[in-house]
Amino acid sequence: MTAPTARPAWLERPSLAGRIVKALAVAIILTLVVYPFLAVLSTSLATQGEISRKGGLVIWPDDPTLEAYRTIFSGGVVTKALVVSIGVTVLGTLASMVATIMMAYGLSRKDMIGGRPILLVALFTMLFSAGIIPNFLVVKQLGLLNSYASLVVPVLVSAFNLVVLRNFFVNIPQELIDSARIDGAGDLAILVRLVLPLSKAVLAVIALFYAVEYWNAFFHALLYLSDTSKWPLALILRAYVLQGQPTTGSMNAMSDSLPPQEGIQMAVVIVAVVPILLVYPFLQRYFTKGVLTGAIKG
Amino acid sequence: MTDVRPIEADRTAGQPAPAEPQAPPVRRRTVWQRLRRDRTMLLLTVPGLLFFLVFHYVPLLGYVVAFQSYQPFLGFTQSPWVGLANFATTFGDPAFWSATLNTLKITLLQLVFFFPAPIALALLLNSMLSSKLRRFVQSVVYLPHFIGWVIIVSISQELLGGTGVVTHLLDAVGVHNADLTNNPAFFPFLVTLQVIWKNTGWGTIIYLAALVGIDQQLYEAAAVDGANRWRRLWHVTLPGLMPVTILLLILNLGSILSVGFEQILLQRDNVGADAGEVLDTYVYFHGIVDGQWGPSAAVGLVKGLIGTALILGANKLAHVLGQEGVYRR
Repeated sequence: MTAPTARPAWLERPSLAGRIVKALAVAIILTLVVYPFLAVLSTSLATQGEISRKGGLVIWPDDPTLEAYRTIFSGGVVTKALVVSIGVTVLGTLASMVATIMMAYGLSRKDMIGGRPILLVALFTMLFSAGIIPNFLVVKQLGLLNSYASLVVPVLVSAFNLVVLRNFFVNIPQELIDSARIDGAGDLAILVRLVLPLSKAVLAVIALFYAVEYWNAFFHALLYLSDTSKWPLALILRAYVLQGQPTTGSMNAMSDSLPPQEGIQMAVVIVAVVPILLVYPFLQRYFTKGVLTGAIKG
Repeated sequence: MTDVRPIEADRTAGQPAPAEPQAPPVRRRTVWQRLRRDRTMLLLTVPGLLFFLVFHYVPLLGYVVAFQSYQPFLGFTQSPWVGLANFATTFGDPAFWSATLNTLKITLLQLVFFFPAPIALALLLNSMLSSKLRRFVQSVVYLPHFIGWVIIVSISQELLGGTGVVTHLLDAVGVHNADLTNNPAFFPFLVTLQVIWKNTGWGTIIYLAALVGIDQQLYEAAAVDGANRWRRLWHVTLPGLMPVTILLLILNLGSILSVGFEQILLQRDNVGADAGEVLDTYVYFHGIVDGQWGPSAAVGLVKGLIGTALILGANKLAHVLGQEGVYRR
């Protein structure tokens, strides 16, 4: 596991042809994943003149410019949407984590009275989901339409994340919990001082799941927010890039009726991707640590 | 609050707790005592429980509109009951059958092309001897899973659309003006390609875990018996992956009628409803957009029931065939 080229004695020496094929396959896969991001990035850095001269295909910008980014950050729709998305993501992730931790910890005592039925209530929701229409009607009845809360409250706890976290809590050695209890700690103190510090890795992964979910949320916003001034970045992205329209209440540089320039469109895509790219490297090492695989298996 | 609750005595029922020399004898707790002991834990579950009830179970009640001629201003209580008329309307609608057909087409393509992809990639990753390189490749291929559909569809239109790199490449080999993003015949393939790009890497996690779980001695024994690497793959590795593969197949069966709602909603207008409508978008456009609440809820209900029935049925089948399935019997 630790030595980079540990080969068991019974395993044949890999053939040269096999190694070349494998290396090629890996190189192609890496290219297929990475290239789209690079293409978007270089288009966002090119001038409109260069984009149209090259027929829309910019592999490397001759004359890189940040003009597109200056335009979208000069205030207006994209800036507003960015603030909305960041706010919903941060507050939503916090709320989801608190609710999920509370419920997962509450359900982690194996012989707890009522624990089994409550867990089943959550588990069953993985088997079915009440479609779009009934969910919409519930959100409407609760008066959540057109509020930012409609982006958070209806998806507050994911049954999957709950089960992953609960399984992790259940596997914390009972001796640790018992000794804390003998020292006089109550259930809440045990959660805060013992259980949470032991679960940092799995908490990080689950927080990433929630944050990505909130950041990318698009359909709920479309469904519940008819007021376009409240739209998060994902919906602005759809309006600008996929529908090629300047949205209502549009900003200075884009207020002409022409569809937004390709460079600006791609800059919006980059703005939507970068936060994920920034957080991902710090959290992905926990995947490889096996936290997740263990959790999924268990 | 101050007394030490004898948790450990309860946990190791039958044996005395080792830490305390004078452990109290194990006794049955009354419900009241257990409630007292567990009250903090129970209280902690309340917000989450409320969430699940309000946003997962109450909406199920909302399915009554499938049997009503629902009028939003009248509400559930005042809207007239129409029996199964909504179902009749739906099943008589050619657009519904077209959407069903499109859904099944995409599901089938995904089953054939997407489902095996993570297995193949996991085998490739697993065969890489350098764990450093493997970890690097893993972190790259996991990444697309975290990119939202709006972004993926945007990128895909940039690359495959009229001015994209793929269009240029196709042009070079003699296929001119091929805009893959608005070609109705290509649409199911386009959707499948996007799913492969997004989820293949992430899908390897569960197979890699299963591969780690295969006993290395089996490989060694097979090698000693003269099995070459292909025979070891066939006789050791693939059987080792079987339980998790069947598990994922069963779970996929449950979602056979739901194919990437957000993904398709974003692209449906590029190819028109004939090629781009699937059941979920049908429900959305007829229900929320056109206000046909009853018939759309009927579709949603049928879809949900079929999905659940398929999961339970497939699970039963897995048990009959001697596999573990999603849950044990």
